[in-house]
Amino acid sequence: MSLKVGELNSNLPQGATDNIAEAWTNHKFDMKLVNPANKRKFDVIVVGTGLAGSSAAATMAELGYNVKVFTYNDSPRRAHSIAAQGGINGAKNYQNDGDSVHRLFYDTVKGGDFRSREANVHRLAEVSVDIIDQATAQGVPFARDYGGLLDNRSFGGAQVSRTFYARGQTGQQLLLGAYSALMRQVGAGTVELHTRTEMLDLVVHDGAARGIVVRDLVTGEVTSHSAHAVVLATGGYGNVYYLSTNAMMCNVTAAWRAHRRGALFANPCYTQIHPTCIPSSDEFQSKLTLMSESLRNDGRIWVPDAFEESRSAADVPESDRDYYLERKYPAFGNLVPRDVASRNAKTVVDQGKGVGPMKNGVYLDFADAIGRLGEDSIREKYGNLFDMYERITGEDPYKQPMRIYPATHYTMGGLWVDYELQSNVPGLFCVGEANFSDHGANRLGASALMQGLADGYFVLPYTIGNYLADQLGDAPMNSNDAAFGAVEAEVQDRTNRWLATNGTKSVDYYHRELGKLVWNYIGMERDENGLEKAISEIPALKAEYYKNVRVLGSGESLNQSLEKAGRVADFFELAELKARDALAREESCGGHFRVEHQDAEGEADRDDENFQHVAAWEWTGEDNVQNRHKEELEFNYVKPSKRSYK
Amino acid sequence: MEETLNITLKVWRQDGPDERGRFETYDAPNIGTDMSFLEMLDVVNENLNEDGNEPIAFESDCREGICGTCDLMIDGKAHGPEKGTATCQLHMRKYSDGDTIVIEPFRAASFPILKDLAVNRSALDAIVMAGGFISVNTGAAPDANLIPVPKEASDQAFDAAACIGCGACVAACPNSAAQLFTSAKIQHMNLLPQGQAERWKRTEAMVETMEMFFGSCTNHGECHDACPKEIPLDLIAWTNRDYIKSKNKNRKLAGQKG
Ligand SMILES: Cc1cc2nc3c(=O)[nH]c(=O)nc-3n(C[C@H](O)[C@H](O)[C@H](O)COP(=O)(O)OP(=O)(O)OC[C@H]3O[C@@H](n4cnc5c(N)ncnc54)[C@H](O)[C@@H]3O)c2cc1C
Ligand code: SF4
Ligand code: FES
Repeated sequence: MSLKVGELNSNLPQGATDNIAEAWTNHKFDMKLVNPANKRKFDVIVVGTGLAGSSAAATMAELGYNVKVFTYNDSPRRAHSIAAQGGINGAKNYQNDGDSVHRLFYDTVKGGDFRSREANVHRLAEVSVDIIDQATAQGVPFARDYGGLLDNRSFGGAQVSRTFYARGQTGQQLLLGAYSALMRQVGAGTVELHTRTEMLDLVVHDGAARGIVVRDLVTGEVTSHSAHAVVLATGGYGNVYYLSTNAMMCNVTAAWRAHRRGALFANPCYTQIHPTCIPSSDEFQSKLTLMSESLRNDGRIWVPDAFEESRSAADVPESDRDYYLERKYPAFGNLVPRDVASRNAKTVVDQGKGVGPMKNGVYLDFADAIGRLGEDSIREKYGNLFDMYERITGEDPYKQPMRIYPATHYTMGGLWVDYELQSNVPGLFCVGEANFSDHGANRLGASALMQGLADGYFVLPYTIGNYLADQLGDAPMNSNDAAFGAVEAEVQDRTNRWLATNGTKSVDYYHRELGKLVWNYIGMERDENGLEKAISEIPALKAEYYKNVRVLGSGESLNQSLEKAGRVADFFELAELKARDALAREESCGGHFRVEHQDAEGEADRDDENFQHVAAWEWTGEDNVQNRHKEELEFNYVKPSKRSYK
Repeated sequence: MEETLNITLKVWRQDGPDERGRFETYDAPNIGTDMSFLEMLDVVNENLNEDGNEPIAFESDCREGICGTCDLMIDGKAHGPEKGTATCQLHMRKYSDGDTIVIEPFRAASFPILKDLAVNRSALDAIVMAGGFISVNTGAAPDANLIPVPKEASDQAFDAAACIGCGACVAACPNSAAQLFTSAKIQHMNLLPQGQAERWKRTEAMVETMEMFFGSCTNHGECHDACPKEIPLDLIAWTNRDYIKSKNKNRKLAGQKG
């Protein structure tokens, strides 16, 4: 077996171009099966216990596979998925408002700005309905109406109400469902669970993934684990910006280490910047908090007309305010998609019209809505969000407008996978936010939870069988083999090097500095000049990091700086690739806006002729520029058109 | 407007699970009132690192009050002084210039200290493993709207399901009991129609697993006061009732006379 680089076979199902509604069904029929009695002869490793990992591990264990699960969190329930607030899409059409699998498919392809694979997206829309059934049966307490049936809301500008939600904690409730299914299997002995254990490398031997090398975060012990297949469900890389809405520990290491072992990394420049987050208050801000997008349904966004406005919001008369979204986009107003809302906020703040002590925000004002609907009704709708805002800022949003600013929220790029969610390294699969698969250049609200659970519950458990079936009778490689030993030694060396560097500045210091470069040059707007700067400044900062970082303590006990040191090192390499990807993509699409590519009105100018493809990067060694491979995309069902929200 | 504070910290330091711990005193100068409590600790750690001292180990992840990772005893209170607030959501504007703050790990026999302020709470996962689920294999679920769930039942189940598994209830309890956590987990499912088939088995298994790890509840109510999600105390009473019933029911289900 050899790595499938070069050919980039996306392994599309029969019917992908002419019978998409049946394509997944046909493909399930075409795939090889592993019979029930043979499943226990296969070992599968799953790294990550967010929605994607927990659902995949539980389902494969139910089917009979032996599953080994790893997470750096102390409990599977604490994975970053827990923080999702808004909701999950499902094409149930319970509201009878014209939704359908086809419409969800259509909206997702269009929302992704025609940079995703039609067949994948159609499958996602198909299984979305099964996710809602599964979660409900597990006891996920989705919102209900007075008749006891499930309630929905419209989310992120969708024209239909297809979003299922559980107060402001949809992520926690869905993850508790998947986690409970996982713990049932742990109890049944079909899943071996390793918490506080970090995957630090992938072992590829004879052209296929054979296992992983991990470090026990409490004892520092480095060990190897082998299996017939390895599944990464390790989440997104938004923390390359340092400040993001992601949890503190989210990082790219698992995917990046797999990338360095041959797995292609696709579309690293696609990042979603969420428009409604609380702006940072000082240099030591450690993360940014998202304020649910639903607030834009009733809040009006504005900035003062004057550049150095010193009056408080209430004292600025209507005539001196600029409701810039309502002015520029009369049809959608404050409900324009995330990327449009974010970029416009940046424009006004860059012009010097920002509000708040650091002039780094715009107002989201509820005064009109409170006047129209009454404070009680606003409290009922958004009470806990308003409380959260007040807790963080000390300001009362019933009395003065919220201040918001965009922040990094989600990463559409990730490991390249084919239709079966297998990377180009045979035996290495990737699910959830960690892969690049379904959202193209922009993700719709409430679709990440859907994709993670689609991959984990309903796609991977089938497709992995197609790979495993051929290996019946083969034992997994012995984890004492020299191939594992060599990788273990590399991991140990990398860990020791941080302790031996003995420089002067902390890991966090360098992470913050890196974050500033990435935000300034590869943030909401990119241009050639800035990207060239990123490409020269990031490696320079990286070189300094390797010489001058200070990590104290030992490698034989819990050492959080040491854990972070390796993660930040990988962020440096990803950041550079991100800049190169953004530079090579000479167009604007979805979350990737190139200043040079905009129309006369300042809107994104997509170039379908030259860039209707996935960029998948191949690692070519430490000091080399990576190779850019292309997977051409075809649109047979949703004809590419320009997104317009005027 | 943001002001700055000068704070003194007394922090529990312990090099490893079997080492002896001690309090150390640190200065936290120029702390902005808009900072969160954990950002204040980040700054203290930067300063320690700068001076060549190993930073304090403490845990957090989401910093939004939902993952349940953060877990500090602040001036003797689990998650600190603010009601219904996890450590990560506490902000320095609640403190005054010149304050001294004592920071310790969550203390309970079943939460062994790993290092400094970090403890192992995996006993909570063991309780869930014993029965905190509804056994429905992927693909076996009926249509989600097949069984209407009265809104009241659904809302009550939600109040229980809001538990973030932080363990503050255990740390706050004089007996280190895990009754509030366990009841939240049990009642989330026992209150729903989907959870009825396994109700009695679940209750017996989870309560008995809890008893293997944790102390007994003597109704102090400290757990509720410390709980960042204000999980209702009623759930404990309902669980006690379910537990007593479960003994009989489970015997009957197994074909023996009650
Ligand atoms: C604040 C916020 C709100 C959101 N709201 C919504 C919403 O309303 N609707 C929606 O659809 N989406 C939402 N999203 C996006 C969505 O939550 C995420 O995209 C999704 O949950 C990712 O799930 P995952 O399973 O892929 O990864 P994660 O949940 O990130 O899980 C990653 C797992 O991998 C493990 N891991 C990673 N690396 C390693 C390693 N090297 N070794 C061992 N373990 C490792 C971690 O421990 C963790 O268990 C939101 C995101 C944020 C930040
Ligand atoms: S009941 Fe409250 S205090 Fe106890 S674990 Fe749950 S959220 Fe934490
Ligand atoms: S860090 Fe997640 S709840 Fe505090």
